[in-house]
Amino acid sequence: MTGRLRLGAQAVAVAIVAALLGLLIWKVAQGESEVTTELARGGTPSAPLFTLERLDGKGDLALESLRGKTVVLNFWASWCGPCRDETPLLQQASERWQSRNVVFVGMDIDDLRSDARSFLKRFGVTYANLYDGKSSTVGRYGVTGVPETYFIDAAGKIRWRIAGPVEDAADLDEGIKRAVQARQ
Amino acid sequence: MKLVALALALLALVFAGIAAASESRPTAAELESELVCPVCETTLDTSDAPVARRMKAYIRARIAAGDTKSEIKAHFVDQFGTAVLAVPPRKGFDLVAWVLPLAGLGLGVVAVGALAWRWSRVRGDPPLAGDEGAPLDRVLEQRVDDALERFDR
Repeated sequence: MTGRLRLGAQAVAVAIVAALLGLLIWKVAQGESEVTTELARGGTPSAPLFTLERLDGKGDLALESLRGKTVVLNFWASWCGPCRDETPLLQQASERWQSRNVVFVGMDIDDLRSDARSFLKRFGVTYANLYDGKSSTVGRYGVTGVPETYFIDAAGKIRWRIAGPVEDAADLDEGIKRAVQARQ
Repeated sequence: MKLVALALALLALVFAGIAAASESRPTAAELESELVCPVCETTLDTSDAPVARRMKAYIRARIAAGDTKSEIKAHFVDQFGTAVLAVPPRKGFDLVAWVLPLAGLGLGVVAVGALAWRWSRVRGDPPLAGDEGAPLDRVLEQRVDDALERFDR
């Protein structure tokens, strides 16, 4: 009986250690997004799908509904200085590319809704902006910080990424061209 | 006995009063220690991140507007999710954070109790003189025989 008890206790201890090890491995694997890994290898990962509320109060927007269009996805926050600098560039580019089936989508993260709305109003942003206060997209896209911009082709593949602020219009145009050419 | 009961009742009343006051008239300091900055993942009172500064300003504005503590917290949960709370709520999946440590503690107590019981049984009372019922271990018996043999010589 004692031997069986000891064996049972040992089995429980081994199971607990194995479970903790599994948890550690899972956590480490979760830390690295597939998008980051694929982009680093020069691949074209699928853009993780999302459906999030629009900051303009016009309901939700699903990335999937934009299939067939080139999407420029820009992660930002109202408290982020470089985001303030690049927003006019993004707005101008969205107007310039509008007629060529290119859609700009802003993704506001780690932010207060009211601050985000004030920001959009202040900079006269007219393209769609989504609110992701819970940062549900951050890990999946492998966002390292704000601002960060992803260029997604018509088939939903990420073709280019600018980690950090967009310095000038040429940067944006380069990313958009890569995504647009991919569908041709 | 009656005095102790009275003291306990008074104490409960005092704490209930403090809790009610904290709910209806929260201070910025207590809310800042109960909410987490979503960027740096530390409580607001220890964070100087830009978003934490905005959240602190928002807390002060809502307190000035007369919001209760629950209302202010609910507003942040609506925007950032339950991860914004320094102490997880006692419901849903977050309940695990409360149950698991208690379950671990309970298991530990049971394990220590079982081990203590087992050790006390193994050691037991010292065998009485003339207790010949219990057989000796073979190796030990051999050693005793050898020792007696040496003694006889």
